[in-house]
Amino acid sequence: MNRFAALLDRLAYEPRRNGKIRLIADYFRHTPDPERGHALAALTGALSFRNAKPGLIRQLIAERTDPVLFALSYDYVGDLSETVALMWPAPPPDTGDASDEGEAAEGDPTSRSGERDLPLSAIVDAFSTMGRSELPAVLAALLDRLDETGRWALLKLITGGLRIGVSARLAKTAVAALGEHAPDEIELVWPGLAPPYEELFAWAEGHGPRPETDDPAPFRPVMLSHPIENPDFAVLDPADFRAEWKWDGIRIQAVRAAGADGRPVTRLYSRTGEDISGAFPDLAGALAFDGAVDGELLILREGRVQSFNVLQQRLNRKVVSAKLIADYPAHIRAYDLLVEAGEDLRELPFDARRARLAALVAAHPEEGRLDLSPLVPFDSWEALAAARADPAAHGAGADAEAVEGVMLKHADSAYLPGRPKGPWWKWKRDPHSIDAVLMYAQRGHGKRSSYYSDYTFGVWTREGELVPVGKAYFGFTDAELIEIDRFVRRNTVNRFGPVREVVHTSTEGLVLEVAFEGLARSTRHRSGLAMRFPRISRLRWDKPPGEADRLETLEAMIGDEGRAPRRPSPVLGEDRSRAEGA
Amino acid sequence: MRPEELLHTTPQGLYSPAGDFFIDPVRAVPRALITHGHSDHARPGHGAVLATRETLDIMAIRYGEDFTGAAQEATYGERVKVNGVTVTFLPAGHILGSAQILVEHRGCRIVASGDYKPGADPTAPAFEPVACHVFISEATFGLPVFRHPDPAAETEKLTASLDLFPERAHLVGAYPLGKAQRLMALLRAAGHERPILIHGAMERLTAYYAARGIGLGEVRLAREVAPAELAGSVVICPPGALSDVWSRRFPDPVTAFASGWMRIRARARQNGVELPLIISDHADWDDLQATILATGCEELWVTHGQEDALVHWALLAGLRARPLHMVGYGEEESESAPDTPAPDTPAPADREDGAS
Repeated sequence: MNRFAALLDRLAYEPRRNGKIRLIADYFRHTPDPERGHALAALTGALSFRNAKPGLIRQLIAERTDPVLFALSYDYVGDLSETVALMWPAPPPDTGDASDEGEAAEGDPTSRSGERDLPLSAIVDAFSTMGRSELPAVLAALLDRLDETGRWALLKLITGGLRIGVSARLAKTAVAALGEHAPDEIELVWPGLAPPYEELFAWAEGHGPRPETDDPAPFRPVMLSHPIENPDFAVLDPADFRAEWKWDGIRIQAVRAAGADGRPVTRLYSRTGEDISGAFPDLAGALAFDGAVDGELLILREGRVQSFNVLQQRLNRKVVSAKLIADYPAHIRAYDLLVEAGEDLRELPFDARRARLAALVAAHPEEGRLDLSPLVPFDSWEALAAARADPAAHGAGADAEAVEGVMLKHADSAYLPGRPKGPWWKWKRDPHSIDAVLMYAQRGHGKRSSYYSDYTFGVWTREGELVPVGKAYFGFTDAELIEIDRFVRRNTVNRFGPVREVVHTSTEGLVLEVAFEGLARSTRHRSGLAMRFPRISRLRWDKPPGEADRLETLEAMIGDEGRAPRRPSPVLGEDRSRAEGA
Repeated sequence: MRPEELLHTTPQGLYSPAGDFFIDPVRAVPRALITHGHSDHARPGHGAVLATRETLDIMAIRYGEDFTGAAQEATYGERVKVNGVTVTFLPAGHILGSAQILVEHRGCRIVASGDYKPGADPTAPAFEPVACHVFISEATFGLPVFRHPDPAAETEKLTASLDLFPERAHLVGAYPLGKAQRLMALLRAAGHERPILIHGAMERLTAYYAARGIGLGEVRLAREVAPAELAGSVVICPPGALSDVWSRRFPDPVTAFASGWMRIRARARQNGVELPLIISDHADWDDLQATILATGCEELWVTHGQEDALVHWALLAGLRARPLHMVGYGEEESESAPDTPAPDTPAPADREDGAS
């Protein structure tokens, strides 16, 4: 556990994705089975530790330390788990009667003896076999056996406060990095596996067979698209392509097939192959087809698609309550059909798959949970541009708010994994944009640690004050980053740790053109607004800060989502590469 | 005599009316006894300075040969009379030349310990506890959350990262006097054999350590090294240089920081550190307690740091204890990296270490 804790500790400080992958892969490479398998389970969320409340941790530390010293320490450190991990006193010397196993304790890797580490499996076992009332004693005994970092990691794991920026996908990518397999291949075999994943590691390291998956409803790698650029249109023939709306939800793959016992198995996968069925039991339970459907997960109320902001209310919830399900009914809008009744359709042309999909959806209304994403008719790129500019008038109707662009799919395209260039294109709507004033800047991480690269910007209130409306840390070019950094260093008026406040009066300051995808009301921000996906699209050195946008303008955009003024969008107009250049 | 008659606080620092001298005064005074060369303890412009050979040399390097009117060398263990008061300099284990000062007069013994650490350090003579009536201690890390780990294990974190990211320079922020050289010695002890690169601000102090016979291996100026050699190198610089434009010469570096403060995650995060190394030249919570008890003192005075917690503990332990509320100390373990670091290239005046 101490080694795993050291990894978690290092990951918590490592900002780079590739850095994280290397750290995890290095840990896997140097940690034997089954310890590394339990670690993989912990990283992918497959391991559940019994949750402890902060009150229990306070009680344990109160039994062991002076209250004044604890109060001074907690006040200084500011984080309960961290304070307790650091303050936890060394246990009294082992008197030898602590272990139930008596003499056998010698060979017990969990016994306190010199360099030997407490294995993760011992912690998992301890938590899975004990009763609720034993939790304080078990937890205290574990803390006695760990070092500072180990105690910190354990307390964070059991209170659910571990924030290390590692997704299940990232952990699986690190497994792939042990050998020659692609992350998608790990994803393919994953559903049939369970901790401690010994056969997976053996295969990934090239000394074992591919793990057999007998999962009746496996994930199939998703086909993705490239953003289309102006020059692309000149060489593409509109007649070769089909267009459909690009819905602003979550890409999902719904798979349903008969299991070994003949009973149907239903699974919902995210774009990266994570099984998210547990979060949408209402949807999974309603499906009745036999096959694999590629579509968009949306929230529908009275037949109307809700905005992404509404969908977000349902995501990342620990507990899926009946009320949440009733208030946020989940729905699939189908794009494609990969498998039907055991038959793999992925090699068929798009048009053929589409016909099969239409028939399947027609035969399975699924209590209104499944429908077909309509095609958008067009005969020229100009006509499609018009539809993209105004989806409401081109078939999307009341759902236009949830359209984030159009998809172009070649009529003959097979369903290929990954992001092949050519068969599929996405053509997103132009983003909203406002002019805002730079207020605060913070240094970045890694490559950017000497640059002020995280920007907080604001707009004017009626009272003539600037109020922060968002933060952005990309969208600009490297050359622009250097210019902004220089501006920040020369125009600092205040410093708060790593944050600098820069000059922002009506006549002095820097105006940033900020592009964003949407706005929502938020009680967490002083402005009452939260921006979705904001990024710096242009530096407006030419514009005096006093002429930047006002809060009223943004508030009007919320009331009028979807019909808000977007950036000028001449047909096949300006270069859009920047907006996509995240 | 009452201890307060032998030593008490003044705005300039600790003062002995009986001996008419100050210890580590924060402003220029006629006569100063200096515990060690860190700039919050050793200031220029005094009328006379009594300090160890190394501390006098370090002050001359930092402030120029004319840093004081008269300089007198103190030898470890030698009893010296200052206006009838007996003072003795004894090793403090903090940095090269650091000393505790034992002040004796008419049967009263007070130890002003300056900054100190009891742990092993190849770059500083070992600390020894001194029996006294009053022990004057710092409390920089005077909270039970501070238990410094084994410095060798922390150094291993750095060498492990060098193995894992051999194409990236590892930029380590470290105070230019003491911490930087100790880190070099730790790296050598860990088997790191490549040249260690340094920022110009620590060039002369590092050369001085080497001249005093402390083995640091090959040390080179980072600015004189070809970009191709930077990959996988350890580069030690003042903490402020980590976020300075100076650091841009290193493509995609790993940013590390060697300090006792790295124990606290929020501190490390605030400084944008990716590889915190908990290496301190100060006593940790356990060291403070053990040292205070080992001196057999009846009374504890706490100069700076987390004095509330240490005084609370001492009272519980049955000692008389009080904070001195002294200001102006603790700079080299400052809360966050200064924003404007020392220049990398020598400045016209000979104060290029930038420690002020």
